[in-house]
Amino acid sequence: MEKSLNWREFIITRLIKASGYSAIIFVALIFVFLLREGLPTLGEVELKSLLSIRWYPIEDYFGILPLITGSLIVTLGAALIAVPFGIGTAVYISEIAPRWMREILKPLVELLGGLPSVVLGFLGILVLSPYIRILLDLPTGLTALTGSLLLGGIAVPTVVSVAEDALDAVPRAYREGAWALGATRWQTIWRVTLPAARSGVLTAVMLGVGRAIGETMTVMMVTGNAPVLALKLGSLFSPVRTMTATIAAEMGEVANGSTHYHVLFFIGMVLFLISLGVNIAASSVVFRAKKRAERILS
Amino acid sequence: MKRILARNRHLVQRLGFTGITLMAVLTVIPIVAVVIYILIQGAPAISWEFLSGFPRDGMRAGGILPAIVGTLYLTVGTAVFSVPLGIAAAIYLSEYAADTPLTRTIRIAIINLAGIPSVVYGLFGLGLFVLFLKFGTSILAASLTLSIMTLPVIISTAEESLRSVPQAFRTVSISLGATRWQTIRRIVLKEALPGILTGVILGLERAAGETAPILFTGAAFFLPRLPHTPFDATMALPYHLFVISTQVPEMPIQIQYGTALVLLAFVLTMNLIATVIRSRARAKRQW
Repeated sequence: MEKSLNWREFIITRLIKASGYSAIIFVALIFVFLLREGLPTLGEVELKSLLSIRWYPIEDYFGILPLITGSLIVTLGAALIAVPFGIGTAVYISEIAPRWMREILKPLVELLGGLPSVVLGFLGILVLSPYIRILLDLPTGLTALTGSLLLGGIAVPTVVSVAEDALDAVPRAYREGAWALGATRWQTIWRVTLPAARSGVLTAVMLGVGRAIGETMTVMMVTGNAPVLALKLGSLFSPVRTMTATIAAEMGEVANGSTHYHVLFFIGMVLFLISLGVNIAASSVVFRAKKRAERILS
Repeated sequence: MKRILARNRHLVQRLGFTGITLMAVLTVIPIVAVVIYILIQGAPAISWEFLSGFPRDGMRAGGILPAIVGTLYLTVGTAVFSVPLGIAAAIYLSEYAADTPLTRTIRIAIINLAGIPSVVYGLFGLGLFVLFLKFGTSILAASLTLSIMTLPVIISTAEESLRSVPQAFRTVSISLGATRWQTIRRIVLKEALPGILTGVILGLERAAGETAPILFTGAAFFLPRLPHTPFDATMALPYHLFVISTQVPEMPIQIQYGTALVLLAFVLTMNLIATVIRSRARAKRQW
């Protein structure tokens, strides 16, 4: 009995340890496979043409600049929405709202994080884009702006939950000190609590932006899919094409192993590196690790 | 100006609070509106035939049964791989791992897994499961891809709930002669179960609603029959909604809203179950 117990315990411990390392193995595997399928691009397409402004794969034009600027402009728009609204909502939930209000708001914001992006894209096509077309008098409602508005909504829950964690982590004594010195609650929020939580709030913003830049289905459905260079602010009102949407839209139609296939993997590699950078930067900003789960969930 | 503001700081506070409250309300209203709008628009499409029939006339009529069944298969498939692995990894992090550079690397890897764009998971699944391991576009390949995507959610929620079990429980169990594994299995896991379950359901909820990772790993545009083996491709609700709202011309709007409603109901039910489990566990907890 004693012996068999030890034997079982030994095996189970080994299995648990092996599972513990799985996350590292998967990140490495993902990177290896992106490299394996993406790096041949550099041998097949000249760097000069890869960094050109023409994406027209049927005639072997693989300029990824329009896709990068497309991703950037949509993400920028989304950040302009998600950052103020996300931080505002976090401040409201953590500092202002009465308890019952908090109990209603938190699950609702969590719910937003769980809405499938394809449902938001669907509503974007049917409801939001006609409004935008008529309201702004545009030839089409499928624009970068439409994508930004929806993407802002998708990034909000991430920003809210991380920022709220950070505000929550500020010791109560800080606030009490400020009140005792005669500051109003509003002054305390702006001059004490938010500055004290700034690293966490910064993390919230970074993770929100990371979420936005990687979102696929919604932007593919509502941004109009036109791979044109988007450098001016006016590009917000015209169709664009993001990196994620390009992969999703074209991967189904390419021959495995073709140049086009390799280039799409190359774009995936770029996206992977961007998210790696964002997440490593965000996690190196020191803040309370205890509620990590909620951050990942949102 | 500054002096006026300083003198009227309570007015400033009232204005500021109103502004922030307005922002929070503006954030929440669209969420509620989306759910209600889809409910209203989609409800007329729901019928027994719609839920239990196959698509007809180029998907412009009939039901969405294969998509519903497909999403069920994918969700179960994802659970099969991600739940045991995720919980085991959480046990390692909470009960075994010391704070070493290796552990910190694992944590960074988990955060990164959570941040990788869903379409990149799709590429990875295509490269590894579909082509390299030759599973083909199949339920198996799609489930494996979704599992890896779900893993970070399960690991971090499970770890958090394992950690919230008081240390004294472990000490007592060990001092009564239980081994480490017995302590984990009979005491720690049992106490942490509701929290783990909540995380598992929330992770699977996300997997059920995803489209991009299954685009090239297992989703089928249209199937006249249900999949028979894990090596068959399958229709799925999110992908079906994408197809009928962008790829099929002259698609009846009712079917589109109906499909959106079924998908939303699927996801919201899971969300509700998770919320109920969590709040009941919180209410019952005595430590």
